[in-house]
Amino acid sequence: MSAEAKSSVLPGLRLGRVSFVWRPWIAGVTLLLAAVTFLLFCLSIGIGDFPIGLPQVIATIFGHGEPVDEFVIMDLRLPRALAGLVVGIALGVSGAITQSVARNPLSSPDVLGITSGAGAVAVFLVTVSGGTATAIVDSVGLSAAALGGGLGTGLLVYFLAWRRGIDGFRLILIGISVTAVMEAITTWLLATADIRDVARAQAWLVGSLDDRGWDEVRTALWCTLALLAVVTCVAFQFRPLHFGDEVAAGLGVRYTRVRAVMLLCAVLLAGAAVSAAGPVPFVALVAPQVAMRLARCPTPPLAASGLVGALLLIGADLVARTALPVSLPVGVVTAAIGGPFLVHLLVRANAR
Amino acid sequence: MVAHDITQVKSAVEQVSRLTAEDVTVGYGSRTVIDGLDVSVPPGVITTIIGPNGCGKSTLLRTLSRLLKPTRGTVLLDGDDIVRLKTRDVAKKLGLLPQTPVAPEGLTVADLVARGRHPHQSWLRQWSSDDADVVARALALTGVSDLADRPVDTLSGGQRQRVWISMTLAQGTDLLLLDEPTTYLDLAHAIDVLDLVDDLHESGCTVVMVLHDLNLAIRYSDNLVVMKEGAILAQGHPRDVVTAELLHEAFGLRALVVDDPVGDRPLVVPIGRTQVHPNYRGKNGS
Repeated sequence: MSAEAKSSVLPGLRLGRVSFVWRPWIAGVTLLLAAVTFLLFCLSIGIGDFPIGLPQVIATIFGHGEPVDEFVIMDLRLPRALAGLVVGIALGVSGAITQSVARNPLSSPDVLGITSGAGAVAVFLVTVSGGTATAIVDSVGLSAAALGGGLGTGLLVYFLAWRRGIDGFRLILIGISVTAVMEAITTWLLATADIRDVARAQAWLVGSLDDRGWDEVRTALWCTLALLAVVTCVAFQFRPLHFGDEVAAGLGVRYTRVRAVMLLCAVLLAGAAVSAAGPVPFVALVAPQVAMRLARCPTPPLAASGLVGALLLIGADLVARTALPVSLPVGVVTAAIGGPFLVHLLVRANAR
Repeated sequence: MVAHDITQVKSAVEQVSRLTAEDVTVGYGSRTVIDGLDVSVPPGVITTIIGPNGCGKSTLLRTLSRLLKPTRGTVLLDGDDIVRLKTRDVAKKLGLLPQTPVAPEGLTVADLVARGRHPHQSWLRQWSSDDADVVARALALTGVSDLADRPVDTLSGGQRQRVWISMTLAQGTDLLLLDEPTTYLDLAHAIDVLDLVDDLHESGCTVVMVLHDLNLAIRYSDNLVVMKEGAILAQGHPRDVVTAELLHEAFGLRALVVDDPVGDRPLVVPIGRTQVHPNYRGKNGS
């Protein structure tokens, strides 16, 4: 009788001292997403001017490939595919965190000023030639400087939105305002700059995976892995925040600290993604929402959101490279998918 | 001699009191809401804080539950300064239900109530057999076991409030702080929720709540704390405390206090300007 009562609540899974609620649907969807992501990852490596079959790609990645394949894959194609994977996961997780913190599906690192801040700083450094700007680019690199800009803007938004706690709507409104200011600065810089600099800046402003080498990928990869480790550790304490500050406090969570750590992770993840691929729009907004619907979760699931992000980015890159008559940067394709999806979300929110 | 007796009684109350505020001053930013207030919560009974809008009822409850930190004075939970305790240790002793909490859309009742176990869980130990037992009991005690798989947002207001109280119970504390648990509920659902609160009190819980409705507060609590402008005007059993004079002083309300025909407590009959017998019209309440 008591066993029956227990099973009617939530089924648990226990392995020694470890125990958690067993949710087969979410686990299944996450595993399936991981498998599909890996498959698409290998497919995107195989497809190109010099096509390589799927078995050879997998063999080469695990170190048992032909020397010819190994050169093409390891030196030419893997960095780009890996950049897509890492940037997609980073953006997906970053979006899931920001949407959870704001308790609003329309918030994402894009809306919170992180990408626009990074963009403004990058464009500033590219277009304003001369003493300090050149010195900064030379010493830390454009990507790192842009990362700093994104981080600074994200923290500014958080600081301005703070009033005895963080209110979701306030955070988004201030994020949108700061984003508008950053975009105005970017436009102004582009309008007044030298035409050759503008072309370079424009290329940076549209997110792209073109010509990614190991150097860019390595930094983003390690940053993302370290941040994901932190997110995994804090995720347990983060869960009650879905119910608002006061309930979380009642459940024994130091919500200010937990939220600050998670939001900082979200900002840094978005920054790592921007440093590797430039501002890729909409992935962070769309991925958590798709993951929620696939996993049938009331809140954005972190792991599934990251995988959907990777799937979306690698898929968009594949479409951008192969299916279209002209080769486009990946940012154009994600915007083309993300825009209509955002409209769909807004229409649904209005209908309610 | 009499004074001696009173101090003895008072210290006895303080000894067993679970939650005490001593000379507490608290506010938001530079605005002080409560200035130098003392109150102690007697164990095993329902204490209800009443008072006009903006008098600091919720502020007091939030201070007692550690949501607000007093600028002066201390709140003692089982004898310990609540500010110095770990957040998690407070959550193991004290269950808090804020005003109108909101659950994410689509979250099921079982998932919400299960979250009440959070203070007892850790990263590795996220769902033990203890947790399953306590959650099943909390669901049963609040009469929502049948709703376990339903999304919280599809329930009626009264059911939803039962579910939130169930979550607070799953925390496994016998000290519950409820901030206006009947807000936005119609009278039938309000009575239903307060009956549940009384059941919890019967089973040994100490309850502190804030209520708006005077008659419900009188009917369901053994200890009334009447506040006005951040201070306590009167405190005690409703039978000893509630008088027409007090209501006029606290709320500026003209009212008749009569015997409740269905209970052993007073009943407040407000006297407005219109729709009353001529002999009450324009008469001063005091």
